[in-house]
Amino acid sequence: MLGLRNIKTTMIAAALVAGTVATSPPATAQESIYVPLFTYRTGPFSGSGIYIAEGMRDYLEMLNQRDGGIGGVKLALEECETGYDTKKGLECYEAVKDKKPVVINPWSTGITLPLIPRAAVDKVPVLSMAYGLSAAAIGDTFPWIFNPPATYWDGASMILNYIGEKEGGIDKLKGKTIGYIYLDAGFGKEPIPLLEQLAKDYGYTLKLYPVAATEMQNQSSQWLNVRRDRPDYMIMYGWGALQPTAVKEAVKINYPMDKFVSIWWASEDDAAAGGPQSKGFKVLNWHAVGDNLPAIADIKKHVTDKNLTQTDKSHIGKVLYNRGIYNSMLIAEGIRNAQKLSGKKVITGEDMRRGLETLNIDAARYKEMGLEGFAGPVKLTCADHNGHFATYMQEWDGSKYVKVSGDLKASMDKVSPLMNAAAKEYTEKAGSWPKRTEACDKAS
Amino acid sequence: MLYREAGQFKTNYVDDQAVFPIRQDRIGIAVILAVAFVGIPLFGSDFFISAVMVPLLVFSLAAIGLNILTGYTGLLSLGTGGFMGVGAFACYKLTTIFPDVNIIIWILVSGFFSCGIGILFGLPSLRIKGFYLAVATLSAQFFLDWAFVRIPWLVNNNTSGAIEVPSRYLFGMPITGPMAQPEVRYLVVLSIVALLTLIASNLVHGRIGRSWMAVRDMDLAAELIGIRLYRTKLLAFAVSSYYCGVAGALMVFLWYGSAEPAVFGIDQSFFILFMVIIGGLGSLVGSFFGAALIYGMPIILKAIVGLVGLQISPATVEHLTFMAVGGLIILFLIIEPAGLARLWQVGKQKLRVWPFPY
Repeated sequence: MLGLRNIKTTMIAAALVAGTVATSPPATAQESIYVPLFTYRTGPFSGSGIYIAEGMRDYLEMLNQRDGGIGGVKLALEECETGYDTKKGLECYEAVKDKKPVVINPWSTGITLPLIPRAAVDKVPVLSMAYGLSAAAIGDTFPWIFNPPATYWDGASMILNYIGEKEGGIDKLKGKTIGYIYLDAGFGKEPIPLLEQLAKDYGYTLKLYPVAATEMQNQSSQWLNVRRDRPDYMIMYGWGALQPTAVKEAVKINYPMDKFVSIWWASEDDAAAGGPQSKGFKVLNWHAVGDNLPAIADIKKHVTDKNLTQTDKSHIGKVLYNRGIYNSMLIAEGIRNAQKLSGKKVITGEDMRRGLETLNIDAARYKEMGLEGFAGPVKLTCADHNGHFATYMQEWDGSKYVKVSGDLKASMDKVSPLMNAAAKEYTEKAGSWPKRTEACDKAS
Repeated sequence: MLYREAGQFKTNYVDDQAVFPIRQDRIGIAVILAVAFVGIPLFGSDFFISAVMVPLLVFSLAAIGLNILTGYTGLLSLGTGGFMGVGAFACYKLTTIFPDVNIIIWILVSGFFSCGIGILFGLPSLRIKGFYLAVATLSAQFFLDWAFVRIPWLVNNNTSGAIEVPSRYLFGMPITGPMAQPEVRYLVVLSIVALLTLIASNLVHGRIGRSWMAVRDMDLAAELIGIRLYRTKLLAFAVSSYYCGVAGALMVFLWYGSAEPAVFGIDQSFFILFMVIIGGLGSLVGSFFGAALIYGMPIILKAIVGLVGLQISPATVEHLTFMAVGGLIILFLIIEPAGLARLWQVGKQKLRVWPFPY
């Protein structure tokens, strides 16, 4: 017994020592660009996260297989599982930081927020594509943060504009009640100041229905309130298990689905959760759905058919899978731009920042990439790291999403003042916020 | 052989009652402190310092806090996460209202706010025990959780609803905020944790600790020998919440750098409770062991997978870690139900008589 106990103690000690030794990161190959991908294929947000992870990885893997990387340099891809948990996300960040990543995609507003001040210090740009801090769109204040193609505030404004259009004029919003159901975290709270301001401007009444992350699968109390308040429209900012549950509950209380509008994160699965009655459910989007694009054909040919990925083939072309592709397309274009600007093949985070800042993807470039008509042009400047580009509304027809609107633009006259004020407030609260010292490049 | 106390004679009571009566223990603790204060900052990688050591120390401190309440006084609490949150939010409010006062002072002061809340929610402990008390502290957890989310004043009306940690300096060096070096943050955390552990050690080895343990072992008997229950129990709540509050403030200011209220949810309470149970109820060193096992094990497992060079996807690793940690917890509890601290003690005891056990 004695010996056994001692051996066990020694084993624990040995394991702990092994752990400390193992923490020194393995060196990455010289001739590659290190792109860590923060993903979540586990946990309550995996319902959304798996699509994104697959799309993001497959596109970059396809570039590796088809073109040998970007500019002749392979991309060293590494996934880090965050589970949408801020704690694990920060652990991932610390783990990848030493390997000189060119860009970080946190894929969580909660993880983005602590990274915003660190980006400038660690010289690693953060690409929070259409999420994160809306005010980070101001490049002069946040030179290291990029959040194209639209912010959450833009999204809220677009949804209201769409509702206004449907009602026959934005002034028709007066006297209406608009319900807002959201994930009660940094992400869902983000548009509330704007919605409140616009409630004053447009004259609608705003009702808030927060859903805690732990209560995502149990929203009966929120929807009981919705049934009582009978809002004319419902706006949803959800993610993960929140969305299918909300759709189900809305169907259950017979809420008119065509008046239920979501920000751009709802997937096919989320809409289908409500069964045939969820027809009419609306979601913002800014890129094509479906797999009818040469680049996606290449993904199939070079990646999925060769079993170089764990992607479920039925996921290809789904809205969130394509969202992942869009995210990776921005990374790839940023790297390409950075190589051009710096003249180097293996770029650093600083080069990547310049590359993203001069991002200019027009229709011709989309065609070159095999993504013709995939999404609208993206052009960023030093002052504007977002672009506030137009999106469109898509409607669930029972089996797929169909486009039901033209270009929806945010009312920048309403959004801009709030955004500037928020950026100012953010920097003031941070104590000493560094002035932008990074030079501005001419667009290539 | 090396670990033998033969020839170490104690000639007075002070020596006999020392925390570390054996010379080898004293040498051991000196070596550990030297490694922690000098070795790790000099040789540890950034990842090791800021993603392993700093969280480990923070969790250890929180576990000590809960251990004082649950392990030493026998009052089960599920409100640890909430009490940590009180410390973090108090520290944030204090440092934004009085930015010129040193942040370390505010971290230590913020514990008193959580101390006050702890006493308030500890009041039911005078009448109820065991599971009933657990439910009462659970209500504290839910109430505090609600308050953090619903009172925007606590986060200075930040739109994100999160604490955004400002930069604060000590001797001209940034210790919080993005510019703070991991080594600096680590040393600050280590100093605070070492100091508070020393205080806790003195508390539990002295009159107060003995009265806590008397209440734990049998409150009726404790009352009969003249220990005032309400005072003792409330003191345990106060001290425990103070430690948790400081741990919460350290967590947000010197580790996360920004925190959503979700960080202080019920999950956090259970996380700390598991550390205390695995580490060993009623043991300070057990709090460190528990934190190391529960927080460190997943990181070590992940590192091993990386080291061996296995091509496993991160998601699978995540699942495997969940399973492995769960399995290990059960394994450790079967080997030693009283926790790792007891295992440690048994090991030391055996070592003392090794190689000639009788």
